[in-house]
Amino acid sequence: MSSIVNGAGKVVDFVDQRITASNWLKRNIRKVFPDHWSFLLGEIALFSFIMILLSGVFLTLWFKPSMAHIAYEGAYLPMRDVGMSEAYATTLELSFEVRGGLLMRQVHHWGALIFLAAMSAHMLRVFFTGAFRKPREINWLIGVTLLVLGVAAGFTGYSLPDDLLSGTGLRIIEGGMLAIPIIGTYASSFLFGGEYPGDDIIARLYPMHILLIPGLILALVTAHLMILWYQKHTHWGGPGKTNHNVAGAPFYPIYVAKAGGFQFIVMGVIVLLAATIQINPVWLWGPYDPSVVSAGTQPDWYVGFLDGALRVMPAWEFYVFDHPVSLSVLIPAILLPGIILTPLALYPWLEQKATGDTREHHLLDRPRNVPVRTGIGVAFIVFYVLLWIAGGNDFFATILEIPVNWITWFIRIGIFVLPPLAFIATKRICLGLQRRDRDKVMHGRETGIVMVSPDGEFSELHAPLTQSQAYELTWHERQLPSDPGPATDANGIPNPNYRSKRVQARLSRFYFGDVVQKPTVEELEAAHHNGHGSDSAHRDELPSGQQ
Amino acid sequence: MPRSLPGRSRGSWIGRLLSSRRRHPLAAIAVLVAVLFTAGGAYAALAPSTTQNVQAASSTQIEEGRQLFAVGCSSCHGLNGEGQVQEDGEVLGPSLIGVGAASVDFQVGTGRMPLAAPSAQAERKPPSYNQRQIDSLSAFVASLAPGPAEPDEEWLDTSQGNVARGGELFRTNCSQCHNTTGQGGALTMGQFAPNLTGVEPKHIYEAMITGPQAMPVFNDNTVTPEDKRDIIAFLESVQNEPDPGGLAIGRAGPVAEGLWAWLVGIGLLIGMATWIVTRSSKA
Amino acid sequence: MSTHNENPSGDEHAIVPHGDHSLAPADPIADPGLHHDEPRLTDVEPKAERRAERQVAGMFALASLLTVAFIVFYVVVGIHPDDPHDGVDVGDVQVSNLTLGLTLGLALFLVGAGAVQWARSLMTSPEVVHERHELRSDDETRAATLNDFETGTEETGFGRRKLIRNSLLGALALLPLPAVILLRDLGPNTGGTPAQRKEHTIWAEGVRVLTDVTFMPIRAADLEIGQLVNAMPATFEELPEHGPERINERAKSPVMLVRMLPEDLHIAEGRENWGVDGILAYSKICTHVGCPISLYEQTTHHMLCPCHQSTFDLSDNGKVIFGPAARSLPQLPIAVDSEGYLVAQSDFTEPVGPSYWERTR
Repeated sequence: MSSIVNGAGKVVDFVDQRITASNWLKRNIRKVFPDHWSFLLGEIALFSFIMILLSGVFLTLWFKPSMAHIAYEGAYLPMRDVGMSEAYATTLELSFEVRGGLLMRQVHHWGALIFLAAMSAHMLRVFFTGAFRKPREINWLIGVTLLVLGVAAGFTGYSLPDDLLSGTGLRIIEGGMLAIPIIGTYASSFLFGGEYPGDDIIARLYPMHILLIPGLILALVTAHLMILWYQKHTHWGGPGKTNHNVAGAPFYPIYVAKAGGFQFIVMGVIVLLAATIQINPVWLWGPYDPSVVSAGTQPDWYVGFLDGALRVMPAWEFYVFDHPVSLSVLIPAILLPGIILTPLALYPWLEQKATGDTREHHLLDRPRNVPVRTGIGVAFIVFYVLLWIAGGNDFFATILEIPVNWITWFIRIGIFVLPPLAFIATKRICLGLQRRDRDKVMHGRETGIVMVSPDGEFSELHAPLTQSQAYELTWHERQLPSDPGPATDANGIPNPNYRSKRVQARLSRFYFGDVVQKPTVEELEAAHHNGHGSDSAHRDELPSGQQ
Repeated sequence: MPRSLPGRSRGSWIGRLLSSRRRHPLAAIAVLVAVLFTAGGAYAALAPSTTQNVQAASSTQIEEGRQLFAVGCSSCHGLNGEGQVQEDGEVLGPSLIGVGAASVDFQVGTGRMPLAAPSAQAERKPPSYNQRQIDSLSAFVASLAPGPAEPDEEWLDTSQGNVARGGELFRTNCSQCHNTTGQGGALTMGQFAPNLTGVEPKHIYEAMITGPQAMPVFNDNTVTPEDKRDIIAFLESVQNEPDPGGLAIGRAGPVAEGLWAWLVGIGLLIGMATWIVTRSSKA
Repeated sequence: MSTHNENPSGDEHAIVPHGDHSLAPADPIADPGLHHDEPRLTDVEPKAERRAERQVAGMFALASLLTVAFIVFYVVVGIHPDDPHDGVDVGDVQVSNLTLGLTLGLALFLVGAGAVQWARSLMTSPEVVHERHELRSDDETRAATLNDFETGTEETGFGRRKLIRNSLLGALALLPLPAVILLRDLGPNTGGTPAQRKEHTIWAEGVRVLTDVTFMPIRAADLEIGQLVNAMPATFEELPEHGPERINERAKSPVMLVRMLPEDLHIAEGRENWGVDGILAYSKICTHVGCPISLYEQTTHHMLCPCHQSTFDLSDNGKVIFGPAARSLPQLPIAVDSEGYLVAQSDFTEPVGPSYWERTR
């Protein structure tokens, strides 16, 4: 043990004498990291990204990003003498002539799917718990950018092997670009080096995929983590855990061991997936040929929502001075990403505007305690999942044995109907959960024991909560809608800000107007005097919000 | 033979384990078709014939076929295979005059016919007749008017097929509906292209020359018998080929992969995360 | 990292509620304070501790064994055929992938699980609480920073020397231009505008229709009712083997020949002579975003695109009947040449593939 300390001591001594490392280390080596499973979603993303980098470097050693046309002479017999690009041929080489090459290809692809899934799950966690609130808006923006870069990395990678699926994906990209008014054909011509598909695109996507995009991701991940480190992690409230402190395990050794261990676990799970489940068998898809297509042509899951939007869009096209404007392509392929990403990126500020809350928040919200935000989040998930199902409508039609046209029509209508329904349902569920929490605090928890009073009345016995249990349900802030104040002041002079304040108050009422508040001290005392929940009539008439 | 099927030249234990090689004994083609030249002439102009191996089927076989037809098929297709249309215009059973022996062998041999009730699409099921009876039925229907005959054994011998060329032909002509390895896929209004796994070479060949149900015809003029043999050899090759990457998850591509990444990948890792944040059991 | 983070008093910057929220009624339940973790079995029972230690070490040891096994499998499970002509045995690749993946994956997993288990069961660190402080700097520091910035700006005279300022801004505004200009040659310099290149394919009058892959000429009599032929122009074979011409034409020129009963057809005015005895030729490139389509249902004459399910009726001039495509499928006028083979009457009469801005009605 002491030899380790001695060894480490020597290193620290060397570094300290040059860059004053101890000063910084002393403050940070025991930095607190709170524990909760949902805090590890971002780590899954980070660790799978590292796995992607490692396996990706391996793949570059064999892969040739060339569209030169060759007759295949490699080891996979069902492709012998078939014409294909060098990119596709070297992908076959990696799969069939390099030991562990197929494994690394599958690690890379499973890693990418998990990277994007983990980023999405992490983002949902941050959204639903309000972790994006001040002071963490910058990290939210970085996160949104990382998600976009992740999708770009994924899509460029999907295109590189030059197989039938990846080429068809590029063809759809080209179709989307052509729909851009005025500059569409030029944009496509510059990207593809002339006519589609040309023989440049793979070589052009390659540096994006292996250098530019991962470089940007790496830089932004670094910034993301530095900001996280500086601001300290959010945590859940509870006994002793407040907005002014952070409780958890020290960075060294607990967090180092756990996060370091988790890195290996994530890598292990990805490699095990790659060992046992086949992914993107390009040798079955065949080389890309723009005149050939296969049934069940779909993109990877993270582009599925865009493809789904393309599938369910009605055939709208109109002419402006004899020039076609294809809304059926323009809206889903070009406008939809912006329509989704802009409010997503701006959400922290939108909510700030609505609630008028500009304070720092380090305690997370339980999703039920902000029913409107939770409702918005669930509505978005429903919207996204519907588009994703649309992206696999033929797949689901085959699985469910129903006409693909039905699925398309279901999504066309559902995309407008179901998200609002999801919002309303989620909000009501949240309010119900809040009411239950409030009941528990006021009357104790239900024991399931039913008592019969002498005059034949049935009632359930309620057991009081411990202080800790009650505190767990009441540590959150009381959220009240803001009051616009009077339109005129005492002297009858109109308040110049009244109009904007009224708008803000209305939004704030939308967010907090019907939140079920935790009981006040007085209410709690009154409930206790009323005899511990035997008075069921009392529990039914809960005040809905406190104006 | 340079183009032998992969995995066949040097068998590996796992290859043998995982790829149950369906070597269906090719049913002997007993029947060749008698031709009614006079009735067929007008029709032949519209439907140019494919290879018609003209040989006389014995009249007893045709007679047996006629009896089987009268019992099992005539309720929809009419006593003489002329087809039946209901009063409301709905086709109860299409005319079978000129569909040929290949069509009967395919429809009955794959169990699609007889159909219990008219539906969007007849599906493959165990055949209701034995091969001898199917041959008789084929002979009877072929005797009505000339049509595509059953293929020669020579074109069903996949060991002579060129798998790579078959793959190119398959991807150009077939994969748009049947997917890249014949898993099938969705068509419009509830119709679908069926999965080709385990279908006998003869039936694949017959489907191409007769165009059953929604499937278009690929006759021997534009997709030659050699081409068809290559296509069947390719299908046999990829369907017998082990999946080197592990579980194939239906060879269904990105949608299935996405589902697995979320349900298994993220699911497992979140499970691990919930374990990591706990401490070991209390004293 | 700034020092105020470590400011021990921190009172003046501690986070205090303000605004409407401070009006909230007092919290009903007082904070009972942090409760500390109860001791673990491994903290009190030496036996349990030793068992946990063995567990963790066991995982690490097993990981080493698996790493060695990985190397063994790498060497033992070959995938290279003795004679390169034979090709790979896919079954071998499967064994290789499975053994390498399982050993490496489990080794990684066990190293991770061992480390985590070590932390969970044996590391003795208590739960720690750190105070947070408001992130904004104190007013004094902010004022001083602003002051420094203003002093610096004053010293440059950036606000006063408008000539320098504006000329600098002008120069900086122009500098990105070379970066954009340099990208010009990403696209070709010859061959007209991108739109012009889309207007033509290698179909022309008298060009024979060949079966794709096998490139055989096709007679009208070769096609039956219900037939589908995926076809290419004979001129395709004349294109150079190397370079992008062939693949570019594959993205524009492929057609589908179908034969229908003439009485089933609803031929539009002006197209009466575009077919031969019910044989029609349509572009294979979808007018939505350009996927090749040839999912043809001979019973309904519907042509479905597998990418986005646009459905075209080939008996009705390629009209769209379902899905996102807005334009009919272009039809190639065909005829029969002196030897009886199917040929094109001309190029397509409209550009094939997706809509684009320059494509007039």
